[in-house]
Amino acid sequence: MIEINNLNKKFGKLTVLENLDLKIKDGGVFAILGPNGSGKTTLIKCLLGMVIPNMGEISFDSKSILNNWEYRNNLNYLPQIANFPNNLTVSELIKMVKNLRPKDSDEAPLIKRFNLEPFLNKKLVSLSGGTKQKVNILLTFMFDSDLLILDEPTTGLDPISLISLKDLLREEQQKGKTILITTHIMSFVEEMADEIIFLLDGNIYFKGTNEELKKQTGIDNLEKSIAELISKQYV
Amino acid sequence: MFKIFKYSTYDLLRSRWSYVYFSFYLILGFVLLFLNSDVSKAVITIMNIIVILTPLIAIIFGVMYYYNTKEFTELLLAQPIKRSKILIGQYLGLSVSLSLSLIVGLGIPFAVYGLFMSMVIFDFFLLLVVGGFLNFIFVALAFIITLYNENRIKGFGYAILVWLLLAVVYDGVFMIILIIFKEYPLDTFSLVVTMLNPIDLSRILILLELDISVLLGYTGAVFKKFFGTGMGMLSSLTVMFVWLIIPILLMIRKFNKKDF
Amino acid sequence: MLINRYLLIISLLFYTVLYSAASTTEVCESCDYNSIQDAVDNAISGDTIIIKAGVYKEFAIRIEKEIHLIGEENSIIDGENNGTIINVSAENFSIKGLTIKNVGISYTKDYAAILVSRSKYFTIENNILRNVFFGILIEKSKYGLIRNNDISSSATHEASSGNGVHLWHCSRMRIEQNKVSNLRDGIYLEFVENSSISNNESSDNIRYGLHFMFSNNDEYFKNEFRNNGAGVAVMFSKIIKMHHNTFHLNWGPASYGLLLKEITDADIENNLFEKNTIGINIDGCSRINYTNNHFVQNGWAIKFHGGCYENIFELNNFIHNSFDLSYSSRLNDNKFEGNYWSDYNGYDLDKDGIGDVPYRPVRLFSYVVNKTPETLVLLRSLFVDIINFSEKVSPVFTPENLIDNKPIMIRINDRN
Repeated sequence: MIEINNLNKKFGKLTVLENLDLKIKDGGVFAILGPNGSGKTTLIKCLLGMVIPNMGEISFDSKSILNNWEYRNNLNYLPQIANFPNNLTVSELIKMVKNLRPKDSDEAPLIKRFNLEPFLNKKLVSLSGGTKQKVNILLTFMFDSDLLILDEPTTGLDPISLISLKDLLREEQQKGKTILITTHIMSFVEEMADEIIFLLDGNIYFKGTNEELKKQTGIDNLEKSIAELISKQYV
Repeated sequence: MFKIFKYSTYDLLRSRWSYVYFSFYLILGFVLLFLNSDVSKAVITIMNIIVILTPLIAIIFGVMYYYNTKEFTELLLAQPIKRSKILIGQYLGLSVSLSLSLIVGLGIPFAVYGLFMSMVIFDFFLLLVVGGFLNFIFVALAFIITLYNENRIKGFGYAILVWLLLAVVYDGVFMIILIIFKEYPLDTFSLVVTMLNPIDLSRILILLELDISVLLGYTGAVFKKFFGTGMGMLSSLTVMFVWLIIPILLMIRKFNKKDF
Repeated sequence: MLINRYLLIISLLFYTVLYSAASTTEVCESCDYNSIQDAVDNAISGDTIIIKAGVYKEFAIRIEKEIHLIGEENSIIDGENNGTIINVSAENFSIKGLTIKNVGISYTKDYAAILVSRSKYFTIENNILRNVFFGILIEKSKYGLIRNNDISSSATHEASSGNGVHLWHCSRMRIEQNKVSNLRDGIYLEFVENSSISNNESSDNIRYGLHFMFSNNDEYFKNEFRNNGAGVAVMFSKIIKMHHNTFHLNWGPASYGLLLKEITDADIENNLFEKNTIGINIDGCSRINYTNNHFVQNGWAIKFHGGCYENIFELNNFIHNSFDLSYSSRLNDNKFEGNYWSDYNGYDLDKDGIGDVPYRPVRLFSYVVNKTPETLVLLRSLFVDIINFSEKVSPVFTPENLIDNKPIMIRINDRN
């Protein structure tokens, strides 16, 4: 369970998050949506400890995460851009990440699922963007953690891999994992998300299921209801 | 920390740039020794190169490395590792691999030409120590610059500026001040100002070895004490350590507070 | 020289003739004489006095006869700091094998272990002199040989110390194979002519290892001068030949390997100047030839002061000196040609062994250091290289004609 109280973050004069409160219960896929600059990435990075808030409290499983790092052992993160040390091979990278985390991993089925065997002994610098993203996904899913945070997971994936990713997400969902996803692909949200968290101007503007959102806006299309949410704000 | 150090060293030791840097020193060593087969002259030339070029290469490499590994650093930040350990691991990885390139690159030609049986072994050893120090100091400065500047162009600009300031401009201003105020006793002042710049400090450390006879020609009592006794070497090395520790501490402090 | 040698041979023959008629006496506790002065008083010219092992507490021993004092091993004369110990005013004498110590310091009198006045044809050799004020002081004498003596003291200030070997108004003297250390001047010569100083080792003296004042037509060679205030000072003298000497480790603010002041017509050849603060300090000297010398790792190889004219530097090695040359005047009337400069970066395309680009031995930085000595801490910095380079391209502060037009590419051979 994630609990965020009165979270504030400024970058210089620019306020990105303002008095944000949020509770996320265990289990389910949560899509974090919002227009550009609404604070999605900042929120996620606060959770990860990569951005240090000016004010507020974040706790994960009832323990504060600020100035703490052990909690990250129960969290997997898929960054938006994957850039790895150029001169390591894929298998060396896997070994390294395994080495850095004290828990057990299960990478073999994932390698198979994403057809990565031919690349295992290639240097990372020689991989294409899509293959890098697959390696990125592999590194995220090979550990068994309660919380998964995915930042634009679909970037650069071919349709087959995209299906594999969706399957993978469903499996994790069924295991009762908490999964946070940011994305701009609405069809992906519609298909996968149990709940939508909509951020606007540094605060939560809407939190609820897909149906609740449609009901609130009165539009039977996710993409359009989101657009409606944004436009209302600026009228 | 050690794991990250291990992997970044491993990564760097296989990078093209390390080889370029390594072969630069290797070729330099061989060319210098081949051209005049006079080890002492080669040591003097290498001193000039180490004091000037090592900082430049270290600061440029540092900036480049940091920007190139930024995303990977972010990936590491999401792992259950303490922040400062990530930074120190990468910092040590880069500094150590640069220093290794320097030591091995210069060591091979000198060993081949029989340095280890000649009298200049101590001078050479001192050069490598100073080169190592400069690597560590300027990589730390590079990291500080990049931590404050997300913009790559700006980062590179500042790096070159810092190098230019410390390597050339500083000494120019220093000399002009000495000439203007020559009526006043300046020996303490000049020693302090020298210590405040790591490049000048390394130069003095090497001068203590190579040019002691001229340094003793100056009449000031402070100079005499500094250059004439072991005090010079001792205090220079101490200040060198301070120069190493302060940038590292600043770097860690900034890194711990930084938003990625 | 030749005359000198002839006279010595003649005098030696003379000795042998006399010797057959002379007798030998011994001095020891149980001998006929147990005081040296007694033995001397009772001897006649040509006698030999053998001093057996033992400590003789005597001073002011007067010798006015042509006698030979020969000390056996461990024969020690202890003057107990009372003043001059042996005072000779006779010719044809010799003093050998003695250990003489504790002369005593005076600010008004020149106390010496051995004082010789107005003598000729004498030999002082194989003696050990310790804790002396002056060691061997010789005045108004000729044809003396001072050989293989070991003289040392513990000088700390110029005023309260004397010289190891001190010659005043002498000529045709030979000073050879002595060791002098920790005195004021190791060897001091004033108004000394036609004499030679060779194979001596002079070290750790607070002023000069060897000092010439108003002395002409002398020669010194194959000596070693180490860690003195200055190795050798030659002042107000003419026609001095200096060759095959080693000057090294003379370190300090006023330290020189060789100090030349108001000297003319000298020849300086085949010497080694190594690791001195200043190799040669030249002040108001003219018509001196510097040939085949090696200047290695000195602070300044050569430093000019005052008006110096018609000095010629040819075929010298300048190797790894912090500064090759310091020159304070804008004018130059000295010639540098065919020297080897380790800092020379030119090339020799026609392969004749001579660099195709002239070498300019005076750096702008050396000019700056002359004006502001503190700038020395900037030695070998990039900034200094830059200003030196700009001066090299267009000389503003240094004499334009101070140039070696034929710098040689390979260093000259070692001394021989």
